[in-house]
Parts: sequence; structure tokens; C-alpha cells
Amino acid sequence: MDFSLTEEQVMIRDMARQFSDSELAPYAQRWDAEKSMSRGVLEKAAGLGFAAIYTKAEHGGSEMGRLDAALIFEQLSRGCVSTAAFLSIHNMVTWMVDAFGDDELRARFVPKLAAMKMIGSYCLTEPGSGSDAASLKAKAVKDGNHYILNGTKAFISGAGFSDVYLIMAKTGEKSISAFLVEDGTPGLSFGAQEKKMGWNAQPTAQVILEDCRIPVANLIGAEGDGFKFAMAGLDGGRVNIGACSLGGAGAALDAAIQYTGERQQFGKAISAFQNTQFKLADMATELDAARLMIYRAGDMIDKSDPNKSSACAMAKRFATDAGSKIANDALQLHGGYGYLADYGIERIVRDLRVHQILEGTNEIMRVIIARSLLR
Amino acid sequence: MKVLVPVKRVLDFNVKVRVKSDQSGVDLANVKMSMNPFDEISVEEAVRMQEAGTATETIAVSIGPEKCAETIRTSLAMGIDRGIHVKTDAEVEPLAVAKILKAIVEEEKPELVLLGKQAIDDDSNQTGQMLAALLGWPQATFANSITKDGDSLTVGREVDGGIQTIKVSLPAVVTVDLRLNEPRYASLPNIMKAKRKPIDAKTPDDYGVDISPRLTTLKVAEPAGRTAGVKVADAAELVSKLKEEGVI
Ligand SMILES: Cc1cc2nc3c(=O)[nH]c(=O)nc-3n(C[C@H](O)[C@H](O)[C@H](O)COP(=O)(O)OP(=O)(O)OC[C@H]3O[C@@H](n4cnc5c(N)ncnc54)[C@H](O)[C@@H]3O)c2cc1C
Repeated sequence: MDFSLTEEQVMIRDMARQFSDSELAPYAQRWDAEKSMSRGVLEKAAGLGFAAIYTKAEHGGSEMGRLDAALIFEQLSRGCVSTAAFLSIHNMVTWMVDAFGDDELRARFVPKLAAMKMIGSYCLTEPGSGSDAASLKAKAVKDGNHYILNGTKAFISGAGFSDVYLIMAKTGEKSISAFLVEDGTPGLSFGAQEKKMGWNAQPTAQVILEDCRIPVANLIGAEGDGFKFAMAGLDGGRVNIGACSLGGAGAALDAAIQYTGERQQFGKAISAFQNTQFKLADMATELDAARLMIYRAGDMIDKSDPNKSSACAMAKRFATDAGSKIANDALQLHGGYGYLADYGIERIVRDLRVHQILEGTNEIMRVIIARSLLR
Repeated sequence: MKVLVPVKRVLDFNVKVRVKSDQSGVDLANVKMSMNPFDEISVEEAVRMQEAGTATETIAVSIGPEKCAETIRTSLAMGIDRGIHVKTDAEVEPLAVAKILKAIVEEEKPELVLLGKQAIDDDSNQTGQMLAALLGWPQATFANSITKDGDSLTVGREVDGGIQTIKVSLPAVVTVDLRLNEPRYASLPNIMKAKRKPIDAKTPDDYGVDISPRLTTLKVAEPAGRTAGVKVADAAELVSKLKEEGVI
């Protein structure tokens, strides 16, 4: 068993860290306050290969593994959790088109997605279908050379901002298929922007499909295979979102270490109190445990380990819970200053909270783990 | 034009430097090391020259322990063609580095050696100048801009009063300053490509260079800490305090 990263992985991690430090961290607070996302920074990220991390090289993908992706998302989320998480969703779209689309569809979309000249949103959830994703109601009906899509997708990251929407819709009683709907297609519209606790540096809204007509060529793979694709994306998505919690928590921990060394009360630095020291020690320990689980889960996907799904669920559950707790503890160690936006900690707390809810709620993670135990 | 780019592995600029308790040097155990930031700029410049068609081949050289290969690899990921690693665990002073580089220049016959103006660890600011002297080549230090015209380079130099523009004939040694360019990040595909680029492993002996130090370090100490200040109420008090302290 070798726990060390390869020389390339160290370079990848360091490069992602540099990018995060100089291109994300200085702007994260502003993006959060202004509720804005910058196309410029996304295109810069794409220039380094971050928009098609685990996509084949043929159409501009970086051909990395899932452990590599975890290293990248951890570092990016140190600078801005919301932007890193948005990139993870975009990567899911790029990968799904590249992995399951036919050559023509791949050639049409993947180069633009990889360069982030085209930004992708992933649309599975519906108002009445969350954890029970298979119960989705959106429908696609074939009409000659077209499909006509109807339905509403809820909580869609990037809705109204993205250029292409990957839509899961029913093509029969038990058949779900995946489609690409480009922005501007008649019948595609968006709900009002949701007002959220965190993830403010990216928009979230409903995606509404009303007799939305798209060419048959925009079907990804075969009719009826959509849910299979969605399932295939879950493990990696969970590793990514867990990695985003590692990064946010890591940044919060570092800030707490620095702050408690500087802040004086009762005539000494607050880091001189044993409670502070023990709290920091516990935070670092939890973070390390979470990191080990996330890295291992990524490695298990790369090696197609038969137990990967359960390991990914465990890692996602643990890392997102630990990440939120560590960030909240970092806030506590900052006292009242932690509650102020200028210190950047409360933003991390708000941004990390949703990681316990999406990519499968942490209760659903327990359902998956228990199922693997009791089968 | 073939370009040789020496790169040094140094303490990362973000690391808080700690002096060893016996004052024999700086503690390098378990600290993050990176490419000297000035060398990132010379690497970037060489890669840009190649992209612009002025450089035909770019070669990175690093002198030092095993791990220097990682620093070379970083330059390869940024776009340098190949590397030469001169392995040694001994301390190498600027003169020894310049002598090894001279031997490499004689072997590789580059027209331009592009170095950082200094390394952020020892801040010697000597290697480029010594190399130019040993080779008998013209030198342009602290470059802020470099353009090639024919058989010479026009180099804007950062000097105290502003920018001094000089012309040097090739072959030449140029050392770069911070504002010459903004180094790129190595992209994921280029990091993977770098894996397949060759790095030649050499030793100082291969070049017949005696690297034994000419200097003795007596002691390394932290700069004196800042003492507490006082608050003054107004300009008049400030002036009287300054007089009291004998500053004015
Ligand atoms: C900011 C944000 C961005 C999002 N972005 C996207 C996106 O881009 N694309 C997309 O498709 N979706 C997205 N989602 C949706 C997200 O994936 C869902 O919110 C999530 O899957 C949970 O579904 P739900 O909200 O309907 O909750 P529900 O499924 O209604 O769950 C409510 C509660 O019941 C619990 N529960 C449900 N079933 C069980 C069970 N079997 N056992 C025990 N407990 C259970 C849940 O754990 C939860 O606590 C986003 C959500 C948010 C908040």
C-alpha cells in the first residue's frame, strides 16, 4: 500500500493550488456578495484542462483519473468552493457526452465543452423527484427527426447561464434517456433565480421545457440508457463534491490556525489555550481522515474496484459532514469575527452546507452503505 | 536559436523560513520546495521564444540533489523541450554553478543562456554574470524586455532610474527580472506530456568541474525582530520624538 502521490499528481495538485490562490481566492468574496460567476475565469480554468478532466484526449480532454480529479477539486475549492463545485458539474456533462455520445455528437460538443466556450448544466432533479431520481416525470416524445421535450427540472446549477443543458427525460414507461438542449432552443426557459444560503457564485434555477423541439441527433447514446449514464456518473460526482468539502475545510482550518496565533485575549494568543489546541488538533485529524477516504474512493474508481460505490458513498458522507463541522469550528475559533463576511469563514460554512444534500443526500449515502452491508 | 535555461530548486516563496538552532543554515527538512520564481520567468520567456519561432530548441538545466529533477519536470510541463540534471548533494556556490554551466554551454552550443537574475534563497545575483565572464560572452542583466533582431538582442534592463535599453550580440547571457512576463500554469495535458520528455542525468565530474566551496558560512541568524512602537498625537509630537531619537 502506497499513500504517496506520483510526481505528476504532485505537479497537478500544486498547479491547481496556484491557480486557486491567484485566480479564485482573491475574488470569491466578491462573487458571493454579487452573486456572479465569471466566464473569464472558467475559460482560464478550461485552458489548463479543468473542464474535461476525465475525458478522452481525442476532443481536448485531459484524460486524468478520478483521484487526480479529487486533488484538483480539493485545491480549487480552497479558493472558491462554489466555482470548484460548478466546474465539477460541468465536468460531469463533458464526460457524459464524451463517454456515451456517438462520434458525431462528441465531435459537435466535446471540443467546446472542454474549452468552456460552451458551459454545461446537468438536469436530473425535478420538483417532485429528488432522492428518488428514477421517479422523474419530464417526457421526450419522438416526432420524425425530432424529440419534443416537456417537463420541469429543479435546482439546476447554471440555469440561465449555461449554453447547453443535459436533460434526463422519460422516453417510455420504464425508459429514461439523456438529451442535450442548447440555450436559445424555443420552448426552453428558466425559473426565477433561487435565493440560497450559499453557492452564491453560481446561479440555481428551474429549467422549464415546453414543447421544446430538439434534433434526434441530440440524444446521448441509445434511447432508454439515460438512467444508466446517470448512475455511472454518481460515484465520481460524490468523490468530487467530497473533495470540494476537503478544500473548503482546509482553507478554514488554515485561517483558524493563523487567526488563533494572532488574536490576543487574557494576555496571550488564543492558540495558547489548550481548548484551542485540542480543537485545532481534532479539526486536522478529521480533515486527514476525510482526505484519506476521498483519495481512496477516487483510486477505487480508477481501479474499477467492485466495492467502489459503497466506498464513494462512505467517503462522500464522511467528508461532507466533516468538512462542514471543521468550517463551523473554524468560525467558532474566530469568535465574532468569524461571523463577519470579511473573514471569509462564514462563506465557507454556507457554501459547504449543501454538499451534505446534493450528489445524493447523506441519508441516501447511508441507504447505499447499508444496502451493501446487508445484501 | 538554441536556448539554455538554468533552473534552481529553492524554498517555496510562501514558506516561513526557519533558521536551524545551531545557526548553520536554513531548515530545509519537510518544507515545500519550488522552482525559483525568477527562473519561472526565464522558462516562460524561452517557451514564448519557441512559440514565436525565435527559439529552435529549449533545454532546462538544474544542478543539485535528486529532487531537482522535479523542478526540471515543471519546466518541461511549461513547454521546455528537454532537461539536463547535474546531480550533487553538495552545496554549490554561484562560481561552481557558472563553471558547470560553461561546460554545458560548450557541449550544447546554445546561442542564449537565459537565467533568473537571482535565486530567492541566497539572493546572490552572481551566476549569470560569472557565466558571461567565464564564456567571454556579452551579458544583459535584469531584463524587462527581450527582442531578437538578426544576430543580436535588444534588451530593456531594469535599473534604478528606469529602463536602460542595450544591444548585445549573440551568443549572450541574459538574466531576467520579475516584470519580463507572467509565467503560465502548466496545463494537465502538458504535465502528462512532460513525463515523456527526456532528462539527462549527469554529475559535476562528467564536466570535470571542482565544485568545492570557496566560501565558509560562519553563522546564519534571523533578522532582529521589530521592537514595539509608540503612538504620537500630532505632527509636532512626531517631530519632537524624531529629534529625541536623533533621527532628524
Ligand atoms: C444549490 C443546489 C444545487 C443543485 N444543483 C443540481 C443540479 O445541477 N442538477 C440536479 O439535477 N440537481 C441539483 N440539485 C438537486 C439535489 O441533487 C437534490 O436537492 C437532492 O438530490 C435531494 O433531493 P430533494 O431536495 O428533492 O430532497 P428529498 O429527496 O425530498 O429529501 C428530503 C429529505 O428526506 C430524506 N430522504 C429522502 N429519501 C430518503 C430515504 N429513502 N431514506 C432516508 N431519508 C430519505 C433526504 O435525505 C432529505 O433529508 C441541487 C440542489 C441544490 C440545493
